[in-house]
Amino acid sequence: MFVTPAAVVLGVFVVYPIVRTLWMSLHDWSLSGRNTEWVGLENYRQLVHDGRFWNAVRVTSVYTMFAVSAQLALGLALAYRLRQTTWLSSIVRSAYFFPTIAALSTMGLVWRFILDPQIGLINAWTGAVGLASPEWLRSTTWALPAVIVVGIWKNVGLTMLVIVSALQGVPPELEEAAQLDGANAWERFRHVLVPSIRPALLFVSVINTIASLQLFDLVFSMTRGGPLFRTETLVAYMYERGFRDFRFGYAAAISWVLFAVIMLVSVVQLRVFRDADVD
Amino acid sequence: MPTLTDVTAAGVIDSANPSRSRSWATGIRRVATLASWIVVFIGAAAVLVPIAWMLGTSFRSEADLFADPARLWPSEPTLGGFRRVWSELPFVRLAINSVVFALGTTILLVFIDSLAGYALARLRFRGRRLALWLVIGCLMIPFQVTLIPTFELINRLGWLNTYHGLIVPRMASAFGIFFLRQFFATIPRELDEAALIDGASHLQIYRAIAIPLAKPALAALFVIHFMNLWNDFLWPMVMTTDPDMRTLPAGLTLFAGQHVTDHAVVMAGAVISLAPLALAFLVAQRYFVQGIATTGFK
Repeated sequence: MFVTPAAVVLGVFVVYPIVRTLWMSLHDWSLSGRNTEWVGLENYRQLVHDGRFWNAVRVTSVYTMFAVSAQLALGLALAYRLRQTTWLSSIVRSAYFFPTIAALSTMGLVWRFILDPQIGLINAWTGAVGLASPEWLRSTTWALPAVIVVGIWKNVGLTMLVIVSALQGVPPELEEAAQLDGANAWERFRHVLVPSIRPALLFVSVINTIASLQLFDLVFSMTRGGPLFRTETLVAYMYERGFRDFRFGYAAAISWVLFAVIMLVSVVQLRVFRDADVD
Repeated sequence: MPTLTDVTAAGVIDSANPSRSRSWATGIRRVATLASWIVVFIGAAAVLVPIAWMLGTSFRSEADLFADPARLWPSEPTLGGFRRVWSELPFVRLAINSVVFALGTTILLVFIDSLAGYALARLRFRGRRLALWLVIGCLMIPFQVTLIPTFELINRLGWLNTYHGLIVPRMASAFGIFFLRQFFATIPRELDEAALIDGASHLQIYRAIAIPLAKPALAALFVIHFMNLWNDFLWPMVMTTDPDMRTLPAGLTLFAGQHVTDHAVVMAGAVISLAPLALAFLVAQRYFVQGIATTGFK
């Protein structure tokens, strides 16, 4: 009785659809669902030869690699500086955290305007000091780096907060003992603090990785995947095939590939966590 | 991996040359600390610049913006953007839809998840372990992956462009169930055993003991999910085709996706949709920070 509502919702809207995604990916499936034809692995075979799919894989991987590592490095540095809770560090922490609460899609709009060559702040400011700027989101070179920077901006505060709360859980005696032994600040950071918060660092990296692999809102509102598909992520491509071309079978195959990747990351995560616990 | 012995070795070398090098080192360290604080402050200001620009631009006329794009604030503030956002978009509808979707889903979700979380933590029923593993399995399935068949299902049910179509599929979350189960499991069993002996039912224990004790966890879950759903874009965009049924982020982004003629209108819309969360953040920062820092969920 207690679990029935949750079981029905999760069963009908999570478990059934994930199985059905696989089923649909083995069909040539149109919007109406009437002219479905079993095609076996044909959709997957097409994916392997689909340049636009591999482009999306590349964009998603590049975004994930840069965003996740930058968020971890910056988040750790900020958390170390702001780990003591004083009124000042609380205010600064809130400032870094603030973008996290805003909608990714609307912040994408704000950044699209800020990076606009005509009315944008960035080109106006760089122009004022005599620097030439590219047309960020219209440039095949700069669009993806710009999206990555915005992604980092949006999430670094969250990473910082998770690490701050982990750092505050490290017993102060550990650091004091190392200090008495003559370890300098860097050595204490590197050999005392970082090893003590390793589970939190892994946790936040995995969370950020999974979120990055699903990136959609930001590219949709900033670039619509352009220019020339240079910012089209896997979910964006899945959306285009599914809800623009209505090739549901093909889009389901893309979903299933994404799901496999996310499962892989999650399993690696579980293993790493277990190993970290044994330590 | 270097151990404490390396660290102490470094210390021995350090103390070999006495006070002069130490005062040098202290000086350098102070300068470095100060420099790092300055960098952190500048960074914090830089992080807020886009927010300030959004706010400033919502009060600027198009002519003002084109005349001097380098400024954050308007030279002559105007409410034009805020006025036109109501006429160019079905903005009242969007706001109502956002409230119904985000608030309605969150309330149902916290209720349903707390029931299931309680059961998984306390009740003994057949398949309890299996149920817990299923919940953990569902945790790994993001809705993006199941979007295609879910859309098809909602379409077949005739639920597109309806509130129940938006709400029902999202009103239970594996994450919430797991999070609350872990919380309920920390409540001492003696409490409900005493109540059971007194003849209380599990429903009574859930209402009178578990829920009151879990208030902080429920508040954190509420805040996280409300924020998440309020900001959600892909889900409401796919499940609604009628512009009158969209939520704020979806309506605004699709509006701005066409040709933007007035930046102030879009920024005014962005300010209004951020305002409730910003306000809640200022008032209940504790719950945001606790909820998000402990779960990493956003």
